[in-house]
Amino acid sequence: MKKKISAVLLIFVLCFAMAACGQYVPAADESTVTDTTLTMATTTSTDNTGLLDCLQPLFLEDTGITLEWTAVGTGEAIAMGASGDVDIILVHAKASEEEFVASGAGVERFPVMYNDYIIVGPEAENTYGDDLESCLKAIYDGQLPFISRGDDSGTHKAELKLWKAFEIDYAANPEYMESGQGMGATITMADEQQAYCMTDRGTWLSQKKNADMDIELEIVCQGAKNLLNQYGVIAVNPEYHESIDINNEAANAFIEWICSEKVQALIAEFGVEEYGEPLFFPNAGTDN
Amino acid sequence: MENIISWFRECFTDEAILSAIGVTFRMAFFACLISSVSGIAFGLMLERFNFKGKKLIIRLNRTLMGMPPVVAGLVVYLLLMRRGPLGMLGWLFTIKGMVMAQCLIIVPVMTGMVHQHAVSKVPAIREFCITMGADRRQTLWTIIKEMRHDIYFCVVTCFGRSISEVGSVMLVGGNIKGRTRTMTTAISLLKSQGIFTEGVALGLVLLVMAFIIQWFCDFLQKEESADENY
Repeated sequence: MKKKISAVLLIFVLCFAMAACGQYVPAADESTVTDTTLTMATTTSTDNTGLLDCLQPLFLEDTGITLEWTAVGTGEAIAMGASGDVDIILVHAKASEEEFVASGAGVERFPVMYNDYIIVGPEAENTYGDDLESCLKAIYDGQLPFISRGDDSGTHKAELKLWKAFEIDYAANPEYMESGQGMGATITMADEQQAYCMTDRGTWLSQKKNADMDIELEIVCQGAKNLLNQYGVIAVNPEYHESIDINNEAANAFIEWICSEKVQALIAEFGVEEYGEPLFFPNAGTDN
Repeated sequence: MENIISWFRECFTDEAILSAIGVTFRMAFFACLISSVSGIAFGLMLERFNFKGKKLIIRLNRTLMGMPPVVAGLVVYLLLMRRGPLGMLGWLFTIKGMVMAQCLIIVPVMTGMVHQHAVSKVPAIREFCITMGADRRQTLWTIIKEMRHDIYFCVVTCFGRSISEVGSVMLVGGNIKGRTRTMTTAISLLKSQGIFTEGVALGLVLLVMAFIIQWFCDFLQKEESADENY
């Protein structure tokens, strides 16, 4: 008898719980429907440095649009744009970006800002100054360990372009390795292996500051002209994906917002307080 | 169809893919061998001996059976890093390190499974052996012989776990092309590059290989039980 009563009670409790859930769900739905959300695919560097974390609340305040992003490699980010999984992409590989627009998948490319790449390694700071060629040649000739991203990301593409520019057969170096991972993981790996690697300055500074273990590598080469790294923002073309709902309005609002003088000034200041130097240099309207 | 066949042909002549397959199996073989031997020993020992705190150990082992691979990977990474306690071994970003991380994941699974099977089977076998006047070594041998089907199953399960694991292998191995890149980390890399078709195809290769191994083990087992029936 006791068992029966408790079973009936249990069923009642469950019913109440379900009813409570049922009432709660539509309330939650309403609140999400009124807000618009912009989904963006971007590269790990904008996420790792915290730039988007800083911009997101300001964008929400100014436009009422919630920015959501997924940080992946440039290759994947562009693929996500091409398949209509996101509304906008913010990446840094000019050639691939132009291809993306030419294919019709993207509307137009707008340059936003740039940062620069540096070569880090287990040597004294600025061993090679801004002489990129002698730095890369030294790595190749001495068969020094070099860890490449090897993941088809913007940084990886830029690195391959540099080897090519100086006509160095990087693959012939037996100590040339491909990690196939993100920038942060690759820096940690290079530090572990006392190897060289090419990184963007933003990820490097934040990694050096935030990592639990001191990073013993130093910047061995910086400031060369071909180490500049241009970011572009492209809205995904809504006409390219007829069956998918692309939030083109929000994407355009974001492009206009990030290229505005006010936000460009914010980008120029970003990181100065924390690292003593800016991580990104705004240049909307111009290009590298 | 022709496309698929030509892709598979390409895949088995591509050096990078072959090396990923090689690394996967080398790692899985050693991880499986080490964890099988120690897992069987621990499992049988747990059944055989009674001691204070045994229940606690069994409970701890069950907890470890559910340990997320990335946690195991992180622990092994911290041990093996240059400034870590085992840094002088230089095992980080090598297959040895990956095997170590995998053993940390698989030994508890093996121990738990063997122990579970042993608890339900061994007492009867042991009683029988004692009645027949067998000594300790003979008893142990009979137990292992009688339990070989269960052990087969445990080993195959662990091998499957080993080749399918990605979290710890990525952390400890570093996914270095041609050295520590396994099929699973290669798939995860292909996905991050937005190359889905090759990722899926590589996943199929992995599944087919798992199937072949499974089938081979089944075959061995059947062969043996057929012998017994005569």
